[in-house]
Amino acid sequence: MSFGDNPNTRNINSFNIIAHCRQYGLPIWQCPQFLFVIMGFIIIATALSLYLIGMHYFIDPEIVLFIVLSVTGILFVVAYVITTGFERLAEISKMKSDFIDIVSHQMRSPLTSIKWGFEFLSSKNAKISRQKKEEYFENIKENIARMIELVDDLLIVSKIEQGKFPISSRMISPKKIIEKLISRFKVFADAADIKVFFSCSKDAEIEIFTDPSLLKLVIENLIDNALHYTNGGGKVEISLQVKNKKLLFKIKDSGIGIPASEKRYIFQKFFRAKNALRKVTRGNGLGLYLCKTIIEKLGGKIWFESEENKGTTFYFTLPIKQ
Amino acid sequence: MKKILFIEDEPSLQKTLGDILRENGYEVINALNGEIGLRLAQSEKPDIILLDIILPKMNGLEVLEILKNNEETKNIPVIVLTNLESMEDINKAIELGAVAYLVKAEYSMEEVIDKIEKALNSY
Repeated sequence: MSFGDNPNTRNINSFNIIAHCRQYGLPIWQCPQFLFVIMGFIIIATALSLYLIGMHYFIDPEIVLFIVLSVTGILFVVAYVITTGFERLAEISKMKSDFIDIVSHQMRSPLTSIKWGFEFLSSKNAKISRQKKEEYFENIKENIARMIELVDDLLIVSKIEQGKFPISSRMISPKKIIEKLISRFKVFADAADIKVFFSCSKDAEIEIFTDPSLLKLVIENLIDNALHYTNGGGKVEISLQVKNKKLLFKIKDSGIGIPASEKRYIFQKFFRAKNALRKVTRGNGLGLYLCKTIIEKLGGKIWFESEENKGTTFYFTLPIKQ
Repeated sequence: MKKILFIEDEPSLQKTLGDILRENGYEVINALNGEIGLRLAQSEKPDIILLDIILPKMNGLEVLEILKNNEETKNIPVIVLTNLESMEDINKAIELGAVAYLVKAEYSMEEVIDKIEKALNSY
């Protein structure tokens, strides 16, 4: 399994049963597509038998044909529903297995850094200066923070996927949330020599009925990404306006952009574009997945435009419920 | 002094293992991605390569394949040092010619150094 490779895209029109079974890691006799084909043969055989028996006992062949076709049709529909259900279960099982593999890798990386860091610090033979000790302790702290961030994100993802994602809405000012977050990121932006601009149209200086913590999480992720993937000397422009009776948030950076071949995967869990990995290999790949899920749960829509090496603009809308 | 090329994108791991290897008398050359690693493997002619799988630009198994197909680098022993442990990755790495596949989280630094020394003595 390798990050940065394009995920497998399942072609539901493909009749390559063996490839599908391999995808799920199932033996062929447990594979939903294979079972559907077997059920198909059984149904056809049943239909023929019914026809022959019916012709033997009933005088009117049209009645027999009607009964056989009805029963066959019903059986095919039932078989399709059952195998689609099994296929979904097999997909979910594979996704869970992949998820666990990815998560365990993501957790192990900072854990290994912490483990080896402590081994080095407690090594009797190593000559460790005070400065080096401080560097190692700082490194251990960073990796602990990384793990906490990953666990927090995973807990949110887990709640989303179990459908236990409580939304606690009240009247809040998106403009104030954005201003607070920009203020929080100012130190980082200044240190990275990135200018951040914010403009808010008069009609967007309103309160809307939504969940402030979730909205904050989304905006924080988008600002964080914009700053981390923009080189020094660049800029990030944030705007808030009302368009088509919805609140429109826009964040434009002059960063590394997203390669065209990877745009369609950008909101997937644990996906990170190859050029993002080149710049920052530490992101856990959950941020944009969370943003999309949250915005959709809040009744909005999220999308982006991007050009590699020129920058990316993320947009999201929220309904103006007051 | 034996030379180790360490292809690893995690700066903290590069630093920690690199420091201990230097303390143990090895010369350590770091590469943060596969492309740099391949270039350094040809120019520096290390005695052994430690290779991560999750790397920017190209993954470690692709790097391993290129190393083993190159006349100048095919005989350098490679130890895959990663946190992935799928049988698929392990089999692929061994098939491509890695002399060992170590899951970082399961080994102490001393055990890793021990494996490196054994590989250096055997190949």
